[in-house]
Amino acid sequence: MVTNQASIKRDGVQDFVSLRTTAIVILAYSIFMLWFFVSTPTVTYEVWSGLFSNLAVKVFTLAALVSVMIHVRIGLWQVLTDYVKPHNVRAVIQFLLNLIAFAYVAVGLFVLWGV
Amino acid sequence: MNKQRPVNLELNTISFPPSALVSILHRVTGVALFFALLLVIGAWASSLTSAESFASVTELMNGVIGKLLVIGTVSALTYHILGGVRHMFMDMGHFEELESGNNSAKFIIGLWIALTVVMGVVIW
Ligand code: HEM
Ligand code: HEM
Repeated sequence: MVTNQASIKRDGVQDFVSLRTTAIVILAYSIFMLWFFVSTPTVTYEVWSGLFSNLAVKVFTLAALVSVMIHVRIGLWQVLTDYVKPHNVRAVIQFLLNLIAFAYVAVGLFVLWGV
Repeated sequence: MNKQRPVNLELNTISFPPSALVSILHRVTGVALFFALLLVIGAWASSLTSAESFASVTELMNGVIGKLLVIGTVSALTYHILGGVRHMFMDMGHFEELESGNNSAKFIIGLWIALTVVMGVVIW
């Protein structure tokens, strides 16, 4: 089989793996957040902003947000291709949703920058 | 593609075994989470701008609607994670038979309800 590395067309195996690796990153981040809330008696502004001023937490947060972007790029595509058949309508919806997903990452970047 | 395939959308006449319920809930919670992130990331962003906005976010989160939104989001995330982990077990070849598939489906629904109750009580 000839695989064309320059091809824009996504392949299913790559999507399958990306969906699962990003899922694991988001899962790890969720557990980290749960642990933070359970282990912190009172979450004050000082504790909260202190958490996100830690470099490792910044990196982890950004990794989680980028993972969400990739995860929903594939996940919402799966859902849309099942229910929205006209391809031009789907392209518009897909574009808007991906824009929101990108905004999540952009907002995260600026917030983390300022903490 | 063959366009002549039959389509039956009378959902109330189709039987919905546990595995089917688990599957559609995974999809529903995935899409719901995407939109819940608008609120979560919005709240997170303003909570980190200043001590005052942190206080107003906490106040919102302590109101009835705020608590319901937090519980709903946490519950959807919990479900999506349980369903996602079950998916990955299936990728590795487990729970793929009729009986084990339905049993693992019932198991995660039970676990989800139990965890939602526990977290609901804690958050409230
Ligand atoms: C808040 C973050 C998340 C969002 C917004 C999200 C959203 C979605 C969406 C929309 C889908 C497509 C559903 C479908 O095709 O039926 C999906 C699929 C999936 N999600 Fe998530 N998800 C999130 C976090 C997670 C986590 C933490 C896990 C880890 C357990 C996970 C595991 C999966 C798996 C395994 C699939 C594939 C299901 C399939 O192949 O049909 N997701 N997600
Ligand atoms: C999906 C996102 C979130 C989840 C899953 C979540 C979950 C939780 C959980 C489980 C608790 C523990 C409840 C308790 O111990 O009483 C908690 C407490 C808290 N959360 Fe969140 N939370 C989220 C987002 C946020 C955001 C964005 C803020 C920003 C202000 C925030 C602020 C707080 C505060 C201040 C508490 C402490 C309340 C207390 O100690 O009485 N949370 N959260």
